[in-house]
Amino acid sequence: MPLALDLATFRAVVTTIVPESSALDEQGWRDFDQVVEALLRGRPESLKRQLRLFLRAVEWLPVIRYGRTFSRLHPDARVRILAHLQNDPIQKIRVGFWGLRTIVLAGYYGRHAAARELGYCADPRGWEARP
Amino acid sequence: MKRLRYDIVIVGSGAGGGTVAEQLSPLCHQGVRIAVLEKGPRLRDDEFTGRELEMAAALYEDGGGFLTSDGTMTLASGCAYGGSTVVYTGTSMLPPERVIQRWNVPGLTHADLECRARKYMAENNVHFLPDEAINGNNKLFASGCRALGYDVQQFPVNVKGCRGSSLCNLGCPNQAKQGTDRVQLPRAEQSGVEVVTRCEVLGIGERTLTARASPKPAGGKGDPSPWEPGDYQIDASIIVLCAGALHTPALLRHLPLPRIGRGFTCHPAMIMVAEHNRPITNFIGHPKSYYLDQFAESEHFVLETCMYFPFITAKSLAGFGAPHSAFMQAFPRLQMILVLACDKADAHNRVTFDRAGRPVADYRFQPGAIHGLIRGAITSARIFFAAGAARVHMPVARSTTIDARDAARLDEIAASAEFTPGKTPVSAAHLQGGCAMGAGPSDSVTDCWGRVHGHPRLFVADASLFPDSLEINPYVTIMALADRVAQRIREEVPALL
Repeated sequence: MPLALDLATFRAVVTTIVPESSALDEQGWRDFDQVVEALLRGRPESLKRQLRLFLRAVEWLPVIRYGRTFSRLHPDARVRILAHLQNDPIQKIRVGFWGLRTIVLAGYYGRHAAARELGYCADPRGWEARP
Repeated sequence: MKRLRYDIVIVGSGAGGGTVAEQLSPLCHQGVRIAVLEKGPRLRDDEFTGRELEMAAALYEDGGGFLTSDGTMTLASGCAYGGSTVVYTGTSMLPPERVIQRWNVPGLTHADLECRARKYMAENNVHFLPDEAINGNNKLFASGCRALGYDVQQFPVNVKGCRGSSLCNLGCPNQAKQGTDRVQLPRAEQSGVEVVTRCEVLGIGERTLTARASPKPAGGKGDPSPWEPGDYQIDASIIVLCAGALHTPALLRHLPLPRIGRGFTCHPAMIMVAEHNRPITNFIGHPKSYYLDQFAESEHFVLETCMYFPFITAKSLAGFGAPHSAFMQAFPRLQMILVLACDKADAHNRVTFDRAGRPVADYRFQPGAIHGLIRGAITSARIFFAAGAARVHMPVARSTTIDARDAARLDEIAASAEFTPGKTPVSAAHLQGGCAMGAGPSDSVTDCWGRVHGHPRLFVADASLFPDSLEINPYVTIMALADRVAQRIREEVPALL
């Protein structure tokens, strides 16, 4: 898992971006990690480095304002931090957040179980499979 | 490095490459050796599962994650036997006369293109779906448009035996979509054309190509390459580049033609989502039945119906947290519209190349495209509410959720709409330009028959030929242009071989 060293930060980001992920059980997190791992497999090492760097910045930036790291913040404060990154005037920071957000959304909504939970059940049989 | 010899090599197997292969295939009966080299894999029918990330990884360039160089837009293109025709929805549009006239390519007429386009529409079974095959998501769009007095149109589509899986963009699991993988390439192969998958062309020279055949990755989908993995040098009398608007310019990077890579454009797109208070039929049925193009000239956008999958939908909603999740939780009640901006080719937007020769898309959003996306989003919201939606996700508004009671405030919301690259979710398909047709080397890369200026044996036959945005779904126009290229090659084969 390329983000294993920053797992606490990453999980805190995940539960902020997709609040219902906090209800994932162990199997759910394993599935999540598998999707993220598959997504990052074969990607350039430089991209993975940037991702880890960005995560560390997310973890430590709040210390300046809140005196706590991101993973120790109250959920409302985490939302404010991520919203700030999303709206940052510097495009590279917005793009960094966008990349992190994309990985989180893929990990959560790319799981088969998530589709079922949403009620999304597209079927190759199409109309014939209509309940 | 192994060395091989063909008379004609076609690079890429999508709408352009598949068409050229079919049109040149009768030459095989005269002993002409033709190969199509395709970077992507050839999947077996039972490997089209419709599972989102699995199919995206198998069928799209970079698994669907190819980004512009500044990271602000995802560019989608297919990478498989059949190219992007495997992953489109089969919507089949004639080239618009206004656009072809504006292209102003000497020797290229709208009448000629239309005639050829109609040939492929017949060959690929293009027709209108009957009303009973159109789902709720599509019907709501049509009813919303009609309530507002808009001139909604039905898409002709190229399906045969469509079961309504809604999974077109992940490769049809029922082989109903009549792309080049189902029509042109099999015919070409029957006549003797060799199609070599998992074979990436790395460079071209005068009458020669270098290519790499890759092994099938462990656990990957598709057949192994018919060629043994390794590097190849291939001698060819004629080379036809159909690798798409990213890769074709990259393969021509060594030529001293100033317009290579210039004029790259696409259809920047936003997925608009609205929630109804009742379930609607959305992920059953063909996803794309209607469009609205009456604002293409005046407001620079076209609207199309669409239906996407959980991850793509989540990625396309702006923001995160509870408001984002609320729309995702309403999936069976979601209606979707795709806003396509008509994006004029611009001097800044171009395909360049990294040190390894791989394409890099330098792109920035032009004011016209931004205007089109915002106006398209507002018009979509009007259509959603006219169709009875309870709330709309508005990716360009400060507050991304608009309730029906605020529908009257859409103009006010539009006035303060914000488009922020890197924050506003935009992706693009229909990549075009980079090897434009034209009069000479100062304004273009090829002539009106796709022949590269100054290189009588080198042709281009894909969307990179477009001198500017086509403003509609492009595959039929690509096939029509490829048909012209194939005609010219057939006429000149005795002299060129």
